Amino acid sequence: MEKFTLALPSSSPPLEVIRSTICGVVSSGNLEILVESNPKSDVCTLVVNTSAHGFREIWEAVLHDFALRHPAGGLGFTINDAGATPAVVSLRLDQAFEICCGEAK
Amino acid sequence: MNDQTIYDRLFGKGGHELIFNGLFLQGTARVGGQNVAVIGTRDHAAIDGSIALQITEAILNVVREDVASRTSPRSIILIADTQGQALSRHEELLGLNGYFAHIVKCVDLARRNGHKLLTIINGEAVSGGFLSYGMMADCICALPDAQVRVMDLRAMSRVTKISLERLETLAKESPVFAPGAENFWRMGGIHEIWKEQDDWPQRISNALAHITKADARAEIGLERGGRHFAAPISKLVAEA
Amino acid sequence: MSGLQISFLEASARKRLIGLVDANSFTEFCPPEMRKTSPHLALLDIPLALDDGVIVGAATLAGHSILIAAQEGRFYGGAVGEVHGAKICGLLGKALTDRPSAVLLLVDSGGVRLHEANAGLIAISELVRSVLDVQAAGIPVFALVGGSCGAFGGMGIVTRLCDEVVMSEQGRLGLSGPEVIETVKGVEEFDSRDRALVWRVTGGKLRRAVGEATQLVDDLIPAFRSIAIKLTEKYQSQPLASIDLDSLLEKQAELVKRRARFERARDGLEIWQEVFSEPSCVPDMTVADFNRQLGVQA
Repeated sequence: MEKFTLALPSSSPPLEVIRSTICGVVSSGNLEILVESNPKSDVCTLVVNTSAHGFREIWEAVLHDFALRHPAGGLGFTINDAGATPAVVSLRLDQAFEICCGEAK
Repeated sequence: MNDQTIYDRLFGKGGHELIFNGLFLQGTARVGGQNVAVIGTRDHAAIDGSIALQITEAILNVVREDVASRTSPRSIILIADTQGQALSRHEELLGLNGYFAHIVKCVDLARRNGHKLLTIINGEAVSGGFLSYGMMADCICALPDAQVRVMDLRAMSRVTKISLERLETLAKESPVFAPGAENFWRMGGIHEIWKEQDDWPQRISNALAHITKADARAEIGLERGGRHFAAPISKLVAEA
Repeated sequence: MSGLQISFLEASARKRLIGLVDANSFTEFCPPEMRKTSPHLALLDIPLALDDGVIVGAATLAGHSILIAAQEGRFYGGAVGEVHGAKICGLLGKALTDRPSAVLLLVDSGGVRLHEANAGLIAISELVRSVLDVQAAGIPVFALVGGSCGAFGGMGIVTRLCDEVVMSEQGRLGLSGPEVIETVKGVEEFDSRDRALVWRVTGGKLRRAVGEATQLVDDLIPAFRSIAIKLTEKYQSQPLASIDLDSLLEKQAELVKRRARFERARDGLEIWQEVFSEPSCVPDMTVADFNRQLGVQA
């Protein structure tokens, strides 16, 4: 497993996250994402555990893109990945964010 | 050791009357002057529906006889020697899992009716065959040569796609997946492993005398340092 | 949520559970945030799930309080490891103090998790004893089987201990999976790639016909929900009968009879022949038609 943590600048979400959310399933080509609140409202933290070694650059690109597209400040993401493609990762992150903050929009 | 030698050592010469019917055995033996019922399998039986029904018939008979005669419930000694469940389309079609569930219910009825239940592993105790009756006893004991496992490491390596070498290395530190009665003992899945030089009739008496009805295996596994998580996590949820 | 026509088979364990119980009624115990992952999978350096592949908690079902567990078949085949098993055991332990109307097990599991095989086998034997304790306390336990992994190995035994076994046609129930039998005994014994045969030997319609499943429902979450409500209410008005000598002697006779009656049967068709006028039509029958012809009320 390869593990790394990123703290990315991101704007604050429209509503405080009260309940954490889990999305997706850890199975081949898929991943789970847990969203929790984190104390810094202008930072989005992401903890990645992935079974695919040597793809950190691609991960960082996907995660940076996510933090830019969504107001994910004050949120912490824990990702357990079993070899999902960047497209699947991106989709799941969007879903997780949607479930977590969608109602506030 | 052949059957006769084993049973002579367990119950003393002349201390048992056992009937062997194929891979199934049943009868009576004496422990500390008291009659006990003996029910089990031999020759590494693959447990199919027929053997399952022989086991349950014998258990139900013991329960029924003791209810009818109003005598105090006899202890039941379960002899486990099984290579696992029978692998067959016919058995699956008829619902072998349902036959095993029936064994489990019969063993549990005996427990609730006051029969003490002691398993002695003689030979092999493997996965589903072991689960269906041997593991249901109040106290589970292994004879010195007992082989206890779910799957050998070679097969496990194929299924999990983890190299055999790696599994062998990890097995030296962790009791959690590798075959061996000692590993099951550390995890609380086996209460006692008897030694060759032990006085086996004495060990049977002692084990029966100290039987408790509640399932304490998770706590035992924690005490013995082989299973650190089962007891606390079960407690965490139970008290949530 | 519960009104949506979602396939039970295709849904994740979490979706099934949430869709089954009353809206917003679920409280999870030992939730993902607690990160009680498997230390044994971690040692092998392979992916972990924050819930270790099973969700346990309390909810209401049409207002009745229940405890519920759902196994995630897509995480290592829903197989039972130390943490996974302990969560379900703990839930059953909680049933003894909380006394819910029922305990629901959404089983989707191949049995023991081989990566932690010894812990898994012991855990399942503890689960078996816990289910029996809950039943002895007069609380019914239901198994709901409709996931991709079915209910096999030790979980196939646990399922058959339950007071009710609800299956969809797509659900499968057995002891040894077809792949295991084929690997050990050869393709002539069981061709695991013959999907139709696999379903005729292990699937919901076969199990319902033999009496191993007590209910057959459509592969829809609302169908599972509505039968779960009916069953919960049934046991509210008609308390659970305890397992006694007479009931087990009766069961013994039934199982002996089944073996004699289907002495050589190796295909579900041979069993349907005894029950249905047109056995070859059974695989294509709707669940409603199947239940009607079997003479049972859903």
